[in-house]
Amino acid sequence: MAKITYRQALNQAMAEEMDRDPSVFLIGEEVAEYQGAFKVSQGLLQRFGAKRVVDTPISEAAFSGLAVGAALYGLRPIVEFMNWSFSFVAFDQLVNNVGSLRFMSGGQFSLPMVFRGPSGGGTQIGATHSHCPESWFAGVPTLTVVSPAFPEDAKGLLKSSIRSNNPVFFFEGERLYGLEGEVPDGDSLTPIGEARVCREGGDLTIVSGGYSTHTAISAAETLSANGTEAEVIDLRTIKPYDFDRIAQSVRKTNRLLIVEENKPFAGWGAQIAYDVQRRLFDWLDAPILRVTGLDLPQPYNGKLEAQVLPNVERILAAARQLLA
Amino acid sequence: MVADDPAVAVAEPKVPASSVTPEIQIELYRLMVRIRRFEEKSAQAFMRAAIKGFCHLYIGQEAVAAGALSVLEPRDAVITAYRDHGIALARGTPARPCMAELFGKQTGCSHGMGGSMHLFDRAHQFYGGHAIVGSHTAVAAGLAFAQQYENTEGVTLCLLGEGAVNQGVFAETLNLVSLWKLPIVFLIENNDYAMGTSVSRSSAGLPLVNRGSAFDMAGRVANGMDVEDVRAKVAEAINLARTEHLPSLLEVHTYRYRGHSMSDPDTYRTKEEIEEHKKGDPILLYRRRLEERHVLSDTLAKEIDEKARAEVQDALSFAEQSPEPDLDFAFSLRFSVEDQIDPIPRPRYSDL
Repeated sequence: MAKITYRQALNQAMAEEMDRDPSVFLIGEEVAEYQGAFKVSQGLLQRFGAKRVVDTPISEAAFSGLAVGAALYGLRPIVEFMNWSFSFVAFDQLVNNVGSLRFMSGGQFSLPMVFRGPSGGGTQIGATHSHCPESWFAGVPTLTVVSPAFPEDAKGLLKSSIRSNNPVFFFEGERLYGLEGEVPDGDSLTPIGEARVCREGGDLTIVSGGYSTHTAISAAETLSANGTEAEVIDLRTIKPYDFDRIAQSVRKTNRLLIVEENKPFAGWGAQIAYDVQRRLFDWLDAPILRVTGLDLPQPYNGKLEAQVLPNVERILAAARQLLA
Repeated sequence: MVADDPAVAVAEPKVPASSVTPEIQIELYRLMVRIRRFEEKSAQAFMRAAIKGFCHLYIGQEAVAAGALSVLEPRDAVITAYRDHGIALARGTPARPCMAELFGKQTGCSHGMGGSMHLFDRAHQFYGGHAIVGSHTAVAAGLAFAQQYENTEGVTLCLLGEGAVNQGVFAETLNLVSLWKLPIVFLIENNDYAMGTSVSRSSAGLPLVNRGSAFDMAGRVANGMDVEDVRAKVAEAINLARTEHLPSLLEVHTYRYRGHSMSDPDTYRTKEEIEEHKKGDPILLYRRRLEERHVLSDTLAKEIDEKARAEVQDALSFAEQSPEPDLDFAFSLRFSVEDQIDPIPRPRYSDL
């Protein structure tokens, strides 16, 4: 075990997988010479050369589409979006081509590719740069959506995603890059589709993912100081999410709170809430609640942005409502 | 061979047009006839509602597919837009799976999941039929990128309609392929109409081949009603891509006799205009030329036509008799099997 940052964990994952498989390459804006806008690709150009660490012009649609063609041909591209908010320029490529080509070809082609980059708000860069579009892409039937909260999973999930024969949309927390954590040495993979229990508790279940997991843990600690024990589940994979792990917890606590940064309408928490009420209706002692990003474009103003994002206060208020 | 002045680097085609052998001439003619008969049969099937959805016919444009694809090697990649029946046939996909796909059947080349606009045939390195205009041009660049990455010496031929040149992604893609010297040929099939909007009403900076100049790409114009001219110009461009890793942009003038799709009432052009173009029919012209060259006899022409009619009739019967795909099969196509990591659970959400 070594203590490294989330950023370093991602960097190691890419380096190890590029070492392992010559068909893996990284493409995106500023990934090579600049060493990554957030330094996630630091040193990769020097190590693997310009053929495999490819700087692009500011052309998200073209380089995403190019990666699709390369994947159809059999390569394993990692596409970095400098910010997931910029991926919308390539929305057609992501939804129509990544999302449909294997299916529309009757299964003749695979798309072994990863789209990754930072997402989410909290850094006061305004509405166009603060999106958390996990749910938009999770709405596409063939896409796998991953959102690690800890360095260990950032590395383990990115390695799994690169090795997957299916397209994985990998959401990194912009606010998590500097987070330090223990990461196992060597070839350790986090399975896609498995949640992790971050904190055990018997009074209510809080399901979260990505940066919000940390907010949920903070709230759980406050609750604990007041004698309420929340079980916090970090989804790690948004789609397919780990229903069984949630069910196991809900059968114990009978109360479910979902915390997600997505905007409320049809955020992934809505799907979880639907599935849980449908399959575990008799186990619930209270309506399922969701704490989400508020239904507003992201404001620049720092105080307002803190209110718009899921925060400890709103989580505590929801928890009190659940336990009342 | 490259011209002395590197600024006008023009590679000489491996097979000059003049050396098109009689055998090749017959095959070019045969292919055009096969495509024409296939499309006529498709039109009939569509009229009696056996083919659903959209159905964009290639009638009038046969010389483009026949000429362009005749110079490719099996290792090369081909990708096109939604007017793709002729391209698939020219690439070697048999008529049966093509027709069955139009019928949405399990035996179709995309197993009934794609339909007329989304024919795919991996075995023949045919990367599809794509129906979002311009979108596939970026995918095409990726095929060429991979060919270069893997040092295959294969090249990519990407066909697009002239309407696609006004999509932003196409401009982005031209920049990328020129910057990175990818082995690719973009061939604009200019049939004058993007659905019902003529080139003159949609596009500034004519001719369209000029769209490559801003990116220093070699450009060529070909007569799409002349199969040998298409073949010669594409051969030059393919050679440039294969030997020099230089991409190019071709504008091929052609004309479609039928509407944009089968649902098009064709109100934006006159019957006279269509009739005028039919006088330059690529099959008719080539037949006359081959007769003058004593390459094609009346008997052989009839035989080719009868065989083509029999082939498409057989394809039609095959399509009609083939089974429909079922829902479980469709679900099975969502994800590729994992072989480097543990299987990922794949639930069907909200599946009532």
